[in-house]
Amino acid sequence: MAAAHHPEFDVAIVGGGLVGSSLAYGLRDGAESIAVLDEGDVALRASRGNFGLVWLQSKGFGMGAYSRWTLGSTRLWPRLAARLLDETGIDVALEQKGGLTPLMGDYEIEARLAWVNKLMAQPGVEPYEWKLLDHHQAASLVPGLGPDVTGAIWTPHDGIVNPLKLLRAFHTAFERSGVRYLPHHGVTRITQAGGVFSLETPKGTIRARKIVLASGLRNGELGEQVGLHLPMAPQRGQIIVLERTRPLHATPMVTLRQNDEGSWLVGDSQEDAGYADHVTTLPVLATLADRAVRTLPALKEVRAVRAWSALRVRAQDGFPVYEQSASHPGAFIVTCHSGVTLAATHALTLAPMIAAGALAPELDTFSTRRFHVQKT
Amino acid sequence: MFRRLEAAGTGAAPGRTVRISVDGGAIECREGDSVAAALLAAGMPACRDTAVSGTPRGPFCMMGVCYDCLVGIDGRANQQACMTRVREGMAVVRQTGAREVSA
Ligand SMILES: Cc1cc2nc3c(=O)[nH]c(=O)nc-3n(C[C@H](O)[C@H](O)[C@H](O)COP(=O)(O)OP(=O)(O)OC[C@H]3O[C@@H](n4cnc5c(N)ncnc54)[C@H](O)[C@@H]3O)c2cc1C
Ligand code: FES
Repeated sequence: MAAAHHPEFDVAIVGGGLVGSSLAYGLRDGAESIAVLDEGDVALRASRGNFGLVWLQSKGFGMGAYSRWTLGSTRLWPRLAARLLDETGIDVALEQKGGLTPLMGDYEIEARLAWVNKLMAQPGVEPYEWKLLDHHQAASLVPGLGPDVTGAIWTPHDGIVNPLKLLRAFHTAFERSGVRYLPHHGVTRITQAGGVFSLETPKGTIRARKIVLASGLRNGELGEQVGLHLPMAPQRGQIIVLERTRPLHATPMVTLRQNDEGSWLVGDSQEDAGYADHVTTLPVLATLADRAVRTLPALKEVRAVRAWSALRVRAQDGFPVYEQSASHPGAFIVTCHSGVTLAATHALTLAPMIAAGALAPELDTFSTRRFHVQKT
Repeated sequence: MFRRLEAAGTGAAPGRTVRISVDGGAIECREGDSVAAALLAAGMPACRDTAVSGTPRGPFCMMGVCYDCLVGIDGRANQQACMTRVREGMAVVRQTGAREVSA
């Protein structure tokens, strides 16, 4: 019904999570009209259940270019946060003062050190500052650090943001700049004729000259319809939230951080659990809690208020996917495992490429072609 | 705004009196009261200020889920007043902002 009243859009983005939203935000300068099509409240939505790290140090093992791409995004983040504040009045609480991976015992230290050295030695990695800290050095960044943490990997590039405020800031910007956000418009079928895409939804057909598939875990199915074969592999993460406390001014850690409003997030497992995001499980929560208390013993006094599961959007190999369809020119696909971290480069680097109609050659390594290499 | 059942004329028998202090001042409550009920009956509906905006809040759900009733009890911050029974000599303090985490 309502769809009949919509004009033909310049760009339609399928998916209104952090990936679709950062792209729509960045496309505004290069597109006359933009629609963001989304599902309803029951959808799988990593953007509402994540840990909110803007994180470099663990990215790119097995694909050096991903490390470089992530580093670029961490550099662009201050610009994105400043723009959002200016435009929407929403402070997304970006803090980039460095981040830590706490390590417990010699085995963890040696294994991690070998891993980081291997990561940094790969072709395509742009070298950046990092250090192995001993307990004493790490404790100077995390007041009250537990004695079990005998080392930590630190880089100055890592940080945190409030991911819910980020999503709200994007959507507030849409309201103010004429981007049409269309919930309950789950796309079921995509066709292209005469250079125009038709997106069928339960609320009618939306037409657009260009489309961007940013539908999270549904990108596999939708990609097939425009000739892109993308094997998806969801990965579950469970998170525990502790009550608000006064700020401890601790450097954020990869699985333990304090939010700008005082809550603590204890994260986050990496599980192969199919699409089961409706349960939390005691063995996993117990492990997360145990490690958090060993990291910061004072937290044993702080109350847990809730826990949840969410599914990471992940291509089979865990690396991002960026490609324009060869069979359906004008259809782009964007999938990534760290949509918070990459939001800045998605908005400020990738969106302008999509607006211009072609992805830069440096993004070739991120195409789905890597999944179709003949293996003998 | 709130009245005890016996004061409302329901015929409920009053329980034994228990004395607690709230921010140093003594109040009388009844055995079996939750701290939240005792505060409401004593005419103190706003037992805390929120951690983010500093807005006054008071017990809302009375069953342990909303966390709007947080108070300090006997030196421990952020206790749920609705889930804690009054005890003779208990010291309750208004919770202002977020609790400390001792590092
Ligand atoms: C536990 C956990 C912790 C994480 N921690 C971090 C972190 O610290 N840092 C970081 O950078 N990343 C983190 N992530 C990853 C990050 O949350 C995701 O990369 C990001 O949210 C993905 O955004 P998205 O828009 O692709 O996906 P989603 O949020 O899943 O959004 C996809 C949207 O598409 C819509 N959709 C689906 N199908 C259709 C259709 N057919 N038609 C229209 N709309 C459709 C859905 O309704 C949904 O709104 C974490 C994820 C999890 C689960
Ligand atoms: S009144 Fe809701 S938790 Fe106490």
